[in-house]
Amino acid sequence: MDQTVKQMSRVDNVIDLERVRVTFGQGDKQVTALAETSLRIDKGEFVALVGPSGCGKSTILKLVAGTLSATQGNAFVAGREIDASAARVGMAFQNPTLLPWLNIRDNVMLPLKIVPPFKSAFGRKRHNEYRDRVEASLAQVGLGGFGDKFPWQLSGGMQQRASLCRALIHEPNLLLLDEPFGALDQFTREELWEIMQNLWIEKRPTVILVTHDLKEAAYLATRICVMQARPGRIVQDSIVPFARPRTVEMSYEPDFVALTQRLRERIVAARSVKELVS
Amino acid sequence: MNAQAKRRILSTACILSFFVVWELICLAFSIPDIVLPRPTQVIATLVTRFPAIWPHAIQTLYTTLIGFALGIVLGILLGMLIGSSRLAYDVAYPMLVGFSSIPKVAVVPIFVLWFGAGTVPAILTAMIMCIFPIVVNVATGLAATEPELQDVMKTLRATKLEILRNVGLPRTMPYFFASLKVAATLAFVGTVISETVASNRGIGNLMMIASSSFDVPLVFAGLLILAALGIGLYVIFSLVEGRVTGWAIRSENFASGG
Repeated sequence: MDQTVKQMSRVDNVIDLERVRVTFGQGDKQVTALAETSLRIDKGEFVALVGPSGCGKSTILKLVAGTLSATQGNAFVAGREIDASAARVGMAFQNPTLLPWLNIRDNVMLPLKIVPPFKSAFGRKRHNEYRDRVEASLAQVGLGGFGDKFPWQLSGGMQQRASLCRALIHEPNLLLLDEPFGALDQFTREELWEIMQNLWIEKRPTVILVTHDLKEAAYLATRICVMQARPGRIVQDSIVPFARPRTVEMSYEPDFVALTQRLRERIVAARSVKELVS
Repeated sequence: MNAQAKRRILSTACILSFFVVWELICLAFSIPDIVLPRPTQVIATLVTRFPAIWPHAIQTLYTTLIGFALGIVLGILLGMLIGSSRLAYDVAYPMLVGFSSIPKVAVVPIFVLWFGAGTVPAILTAMIMCIFPIVVNVATGLAATEPELQDVMKTLRATKLEILRNVGLPRTMPYFFASLKVAATLAFVGTVISETVASNRGIGNLMMIASSSFDVPLVFAGLLILAALGIGLYVIFSLVEGRVTGWAIRSENFASGG
């Protein structure tokens, strides 16, 4: 009976990390990247993971993405073990990671070639329907007409935008963002925040965003998890109450500033604890 | 464009001057053609004896191409195996290095023993000559694939085969083509070695017979043919390389054409 209830709740929680632990290396050289952590994320939530470097933010993301497996504990996506997961995942990385031998259009189209159900019709639709879809997506981030260019012909910011298009093109229901706005200039960043927010409001994917930028976290997320290093763990989990759609102007209002201030203090406190220990 | 034309003219002039200097040295020191024939003599021989030479040239070219093609197929398969499996790497690498250290001229008699003198040993020698650089480069290319690019595929739940096809192999192409240019010339060496030792056809055999009758200009004509064939194959692969792997050298032609 208890088991069934647990199974049910797993399906509701789109992401469920059950006391996972991740360590690297052996014996004396063993490093704990993530201490025993449990995290549940509901369908349609926008969760931001913030904290100092080395606190295990990216480790959680890699666990969910399936590129890393837990040393201990269980990780489920949509009620299934990560490897067998049926969730449609889109991921944007710190670096653009575009394939250098494909032009921008084919790079963005890549998920449509790999991910079902799109892949079955890839041969038929790549020159018309999918192509239009990619062009529309590129136009949305200000890259209209750049489809024929190769990655090296674009600036870093433009490459990063193209990689966002690639993460979104197959309408993922689980979106993993590993500091994708980090390397951009402020105005581009704010522009993309807005695009990201509109997309989330419209399609309601579940999103996990790893970031260093507290303003970014408060602007985009419904929930912010503060993490701490050595060993990496979640030390605070709070809801972001602001109404949507949020604007950049809102980030200068007292409530917003107070929130980022509190987050900042929490992280600074976490850092000084670490220094005392070491 | 003007600078490019200048560069072409300059390099062609330098290459031609090599032959001019050769010619002049032979004339100045009146070197007999049995020691070192002049380029003009070599070309004259090539023209007058052409009907006798060309069946041999065709034979060598065709043997080399078959051996080269086999070498490419086997080299890619082996390279893929070594590049993607730790065990295969540990087993095959020492064996390959050992095998490629063997002088190929010592292997030819074994092939002759197995298959008889003629075309087959020549094909096999060409193949084993060119296989090593291809295997090493394909394996290196696969091993050098950025993990980040593989992660992109893994998050999309791509299968191993899809990762290989969409990331591994394209990433390997620049390495592969670099090896082909080396392998193409090595394949000619392999064919000629085998023809010299055990065949009654091909440029290798022609040069063998010519040198035993002290017909040195004919030997040099054979060398010239080999050089020309080698350059031809090299140019072909360079052109294909430019089309396929232009992304790696960021060529503007590739960008506008592809």
